[in-house]
Amino acid sequence: MARYVARRAAQGLFVLWAAFTIAFFVLYLLPSDPAALAAGSGGEVASVDPALLDDLRARYGLDRPVLVQYADALWGAVRLDFGPSYQSGAPAGSLVAQALPQTLLLTGVALTLAVLGGTALAVASVLPRSRWLRQALSALPPVGVALPTFVIGLVLLQWLSFRAGLLPAIGNAGWQSLVLPAVTLAIPPGAQLAQVLSRSLRGTLGEPYVETARAKGAGRLRVQLGHALRNAAIPAFTMLGVLVGGLLGGAVVTETVFSRVGLGRLTVQSVNTQDVPVVLAIVVLSALVFVVTTLVVDLLYPLLDPRIERAPTRKAVAA
Amino acid sequence: MTTPTPRRGARPAAAATLATTALLLAACSSGGTGGGSGDASTGADGEPVAGGDLRFAITVDSRCIDPQQVGNNDAIAVARQTVASLTAQDPGTGEIVPWLAESWEVSDDASSYTFHLREGATYADGTPIDAESVKTNFDAIVALGATASLGSQYLVGYEGTTVADPQTLTVDFAQPSAQFLQATSTFSLGLLSPASADLTPEERCAGDYVGSGPFQVDSYTQDQEIVLSKVDGYDWSSEADGHTGEAYLDTVTFQVIPESSVRAGSLASGQIDATAAIAAVDQPQFDGNGFWLQQRANPGVAYQLFPKESSPLASDEAVRVAISKGIDRQQIVDTVLTERDQAASGVLSHSTPLAADLGDLLAYDPDGAEELLDDAGWVVGDDGIREKDGRKLSTTVTFWQDPAPLELVQQQLRQIGVDLQLQHVEIAESTAIKESGDFDFDYYNLTRSDPDVLRLIFSANARNINDRPAEEVDDLLDRSAAATDPDERGQLIEEASRLLVEHGHAIPVYELSTTIAAADRVHGLAFEGSSRLDFYGAWVDPS
Repeated sequence: MARYVARRAAQGLFVLWAAFTIAFFVLYLLPSDPAALAAGSGGEVASVDPALLDDLRARYGLDRPVLVQYADALWGAVRLDFGPSYQSGAPAGSLVAQALPQTLLLTGVALTLAVLGGTALAVASVLPRSRWLRQALSALPPVGVALPTFVIGLVLLQWLSFRAGLLPAIGNAGWQSLVLPAVTLAIPPGAQLAQVLSRSLRGTLGEPYVETARAKGAGRLRVQLGHALRNAAIPAFTMLGVLVGGLLGGAVVTETVFSRVGLGRLTVQSVNTQDVPVVLAIVVLSALVFVVTTLVVDLLYPLLDPRIERAPTRKAVAA
Repeated sequence: MTTPTPRRGARPAAAATLATTALLLAACSSGGTGGGSGDASTGADGEPVAGGDLRFAITVDSRCIDPQQVGNNDAIAVARQTVASLTAQDPGTGEIVPWLAESWEVSDDASSYTFHLREGATYADGTPIDAESVKTNFDAIVALGATASLGSQYLVGYEGTTVADPQTLTVDFAQPSAQFLQATSTFSLGLLSPASADLTPEERCAGDYVGSGPFQVDSYTQDQEIVLSKVDGYDWSSEADGHTGEAYLDTVTFQVIPESSVRAGSLASGQIDATAAIAAVDQPQFDGNGFWLQQRANPGVAYQLFPKESSPLASDEAVRVAISKGIDRQQIVDTVLTERDQAASGVLSHSTPLAADLGDLLAYDPDGAEELLDDAGWVVGDDGIREKDGRKLSTTVTFWQDPAPLELVQQQLRQIGVDLQLQHVEIAESTAIKESGDFDFDYYNLTRSDPDVLRLIFSANARNINDRPAEEVDDLLDRSAAATDPDERGQLIEEASRLLVEHGHAIPVYELSTTIAAADRVHGLAFEGSSRLDFYGAWVDPS
């Protein structure tokens, strides 16, 4: 077990390094000049004195060879010091740390809604005796998957905030402001989850042990929730890692539409202004979230289904 | 008059002779739509009421609200309220009038400025605004360098400030710096308490500075909101202001709302009170119906195509002039802008002091354009695009601004056989591509509140945007900077503008403008001289 975790941790570190390195060089290759942007010459063309720009480049170390910049940035990242933001001068790490709690709250609530809603929809789509109703409910998830977050957000805003005035459209204040963005963010992953889960439920319902359970007199609902769901959940559970990554991406759109503070907004702003230190900090954090989620999901498999064992044993079986 | 809108009448003559030698620099981005007029109807009725909060939406948090460092429109809207300046510019006349300086003298060669400060004015922390503190400010702006890009441009050639007594100071330049007087009216040279000079640029950006204006920074939550509260005891308003004493509003909340449709919806549903960033298509719903619109063309150089005449294509005068004749400016306003917008009527927008109306030269004349191109040997090819010596009359313009007007220009030029390719990119990329210098035409506008911007941009002895050898027009431009008589200066500006358009050095398209959209409960929210927002006279109906 310990060896397994250690090996996975090493793989995780490699993923972090790769994400950092790719992001660094992609940003470096972008056709723009962070110094000119930081000096504010991006708007109306205020010609900034080239000597002043050189000063600024020197201040941020942008005048050094790219590999030196890379080594420096990497060493900084190892110590969790990403350097000052080009735009505000504040440490990039602390900008990210400030934005993180709001995004964690939003994505946490959205994930809960997605899991609960997705599961409920999946169960509902196999439960009814009416074939027509089952089909109607099964048609919902593909719609949810197909709708862009952007559109969902704007439609919800239009109806529930601008017209009905039930919930605020903007800001981070109070739980009311969290409702619409969380629902918006939860719909696509919830629908994806429902799709996978209902398909796997339908498969599981044909298994012999379900037959046995029925024969012993278990009702529809009991068969579903008590027997089939637990086994059917494995493929959906595998998706969770991917969904968490998707939520971070979705936060970019959701936070922008609902004018919420958070990592998503910080990402948009930093990419637009090519604020390299901040973007790198966000990339490393996102990669970390991805690595940790995947690891946690893998570690939890045996709890769901004792037949699944640790990877080394799997290798032994293959041999 | 009982309304708090800025006074428009003529100001005492003390400053009149100098009002003209000025330059307002302020990098503006995003902003409103095209240029219009009608800076009247604010819906301001009745006596101003003190108190209350005004919620105003901005589009982006540009990570800095220090007046001496900001350059983005939204940040300027916040920063402008927190500082007073030595002078102010009357939005109606463009005249420079007293604010913190009661009077001033300028040396004949415009290289030395002496200001006499008013008594009793203080910074928000109670420190007196004296000559020494003004010196500290100017020295600090020069020291900030690149991060104070606007302010340090105003202070190019700054030799130093000499303090004669607590109320008198002299600013010296190494060479004539005619633009400096108007520059003292801008937020970029707005005054901060001496203690602020010791802060790091980052701390100042975060709003930790102490200003001198009618409002002070209460809180600044990144990407979310900036709250300003009124300064108690503020009693040094400028002569361009409509009232004296403290600001009416208790607080102004600047709410960051990045999505255009959400700004419109939030205004319509009363979640915000006003904004200056409503898209042209959404504006009609705020024209009445419990709302009001007020639009002002940004002074300065209108949106235009700037030929880079060192390139083979743009060096052909026939091509340049034909493009200018082939643009139907009115159609752009009628089709993609609002009814309050204006087509360019000259190189400078009509709200710029001393701007000349060149409507006759800018009339739509496709036949004239085709004739010019025919005569110059550009023959229409199979695909409808003209060619000469195997080269197609085709070029690419790179830009980040609103693409709709240029898309229409593209269609219009197609009619006369010119192929204009558009490369619409993010600001960052645009800046980089322009730095490489590989293009025939550039495209942008510049917000400045003094005609000197014409010389600054076009003169072969200044920025020389056309990248061309000196010619007749440069003499006119250079003389205009030295002319102290407004009539003489106006004449030089007009002649120079004519030459620029006639030779196709300037191809104006339309005027950028800023539009305030506000609920009827908001009154007196207005534009200052360079179309920056002014909340000092704003008030709201008690709710």
